[in-house]
Amino acid sequence: MVADLHVRAPRTAPDPGPTTRWWTRADRRVSPYVFIAPFFVIFTVFGLYPLAYTAWVSLHDWGIAGETGFVGLDNYATLMADPDFWNAVVNTLGMFVMATVPQLVFALILATLLNQPLRGRTLFRLGVLAPIVTSVAAVGIVFSQIYDRDAGVANGLLGLIGVDPIDWRAGRLPSWFAISTMVDWRWTGYNSLIYLAAMQTVPRVLYEAAAIDGASRTRQFFSITIPMIKPSLIFTVIISTIGGLQLFTEPLIFGQGDFAISGGSLRQFQTVSMYMFENAFRDFDYGYGAAVAWMIFMLIMVVALINYLITRRMR
Amino acid sequence: MRTTYAALVAAIALSVFPLYWLFVIATRSNDVIGDWPPPMTPGGNLFANLGRLFGAEEAYFLTGMINSAIAAATVTVCVVFFSALAGFAFAKLRFRGRNALLLVILGTMMIPVQMGIIPLYMIMVKFGWQNQLQAVIVPFLVSAFGVFLMRQYAERAVPDELIEAAYVDGCSTFRTFRTVALPALRPGAAVLGLLTFMATWNEFLWPLAVLETDNPTVQVSLSQLSTSYYTDYTLMFTGALVAILPLLVIFIAFGRQIIGGIMEGAVKA
Repeated sequence: MVADLHVRAPRTAPDPGPTTRWWTRADRRVSPYVFIAPFFVIFTVFGLYPLAYTAWVSLHDWGIAGETGFVGLDNYATLMADPDFWNAVVNTLGMFVMATVPQLVFALILATLLNQPLRGRTLFRLGVLAPIVTSVAAVGIVFSQIYDRDAGVANGLLGLIGVDPIDWRAGRLPSWFAISTMVDWRWTGYNSLIYLAAMQTVPRVLYEAAAIDGASRTRQFFSITIPMIKPSLIFTVIISTIGGLQLFTEPLIFGQGDFAISGGSLRQFQTVSMYMFENAFRDFDYGYGAAVAWMIFMLIMVVALINYLITRRMR
Repeated sequence: MRTTYAALVAAIALSVFPLYWLFVIATRSNDVIGDWPPPMTPGGNLFANLGRLFGAEEAYFLTGMINSAIAAATVTVCVVFFSALAGFAFAKLRFRGRNALLLVILGTMMIPVQMGIIPLYMIMVKFGWQNQLQAVIVPFLVSAFGVFLMRQYAERAVPDELIEAAYVDGCSTFRTFRTVALPALRPGAAVLGLLTFMATWNEFLWPLAVLETDNPTVQVSLSQLSTSYYTDYTLMFTGALVAILPLLVIFIAFGRQIIGGIMEGAVKA
């Protein structure tokens, strides 16, 4: 096809007359900008501008009636002394660690299992990926029932081994655990496919040489596989950080009823995103909400940086 | 090897069980909730539950489904088209500022979405778009991720010789894009389209902020079910089942392509 056109082209090429020449030149010069313009126009209006404006709003007393005065960094000062904000930060970080660490470990194990000559491997990969296609809200509903205090399957199973029913919504740790399992259920398979893709690019000869040298499978995993897939590890850690620190839907649906946005009656599982939403869209305190939004950004940057440094130093 | 299969089967059972459970409860009536052992087979109550779901006054479920279908379809078509257009330009056309602009796009992929939603809401108020469907469509018509993905794809999939040939034939740049690049980009565009559709269908925080309960997307309807009817488990489960149905259909029809897209993207990242 390529060669075909190439040979044919000169024969059918029309002689560019003087009238078409300026038009062609203008077309070549302007078209690239026209092609990328839709992205930049829409992104500037609905992406970049709101982002910059968030900073501006956060420096004001700004309610539903509009802006009522420049207050400088007052919103941030209030925020620093706001126990509900710090509670939300602790919850967010707690659930982030509780969800991400097992998620990535399980994903690694799953990828190692999938990275073998399997019969029906497409079916296995599809099965592992199935949770990602469900909506978060639907996941929240199913797990809300599983973790119901009186009627839930989780307590039913615990009852079989003689554990008393747990009120999953009542305390910090139980609710964090329940919410973390929702996140893990949804994302472990996705991460495992990313690791699998990386593992498949590791040259087989490395393992063969290691086997000849007498390295065990475990040793091979830590000395060959992990270092070779490090870029993918960093990628998943960063993606999980950005996603995990913005956690919103799962705890909101888990909350049910009137205490949904405050993450339980005692804010035991309210995340920073929920706190921003509560301030901006329930209490209509836009200025304060915008300050919280900036803190989410800072939080992500700090944690991403720490994660990056840790992952980079890893062998 | 046998342990490998056993472990994998167990993992898949875990990942598929909540979906199966979703279906089972959606076909039951509320009096089985809390039974031990819990029901593991479907019952005959699905249609009764569906009737209750679409009749549930505070959820506006049908409106939610229609709104989500319109929003997801529009966003998908536009994101794919604009991403292909810009991706092609970045990969194959020479112009001043190309690398700098591409870097800008890459940088924007790192920014958390939630950061800008308060001013975005103010813009919507100014436009008079609160509680209007376009509020959940227009801001999402372009995607940095999409542009990046299509650029990576175009780099390999569109041969320079074909573009040269089309130019010699007297094609304009847009015609070259339409007749030469677009057909070659089709597989990549399909993956982007699937991912975009699923992401838009699942969008939650922004629709919750900008739409009212009487004009929701399907996810907002679901959350409404979980606040107003949270004791009615079969109703919520039926809603969740209907809400994931389009995604399940896509997954069953195009699962392989989605896996391919995720794995290919991962290697390049």
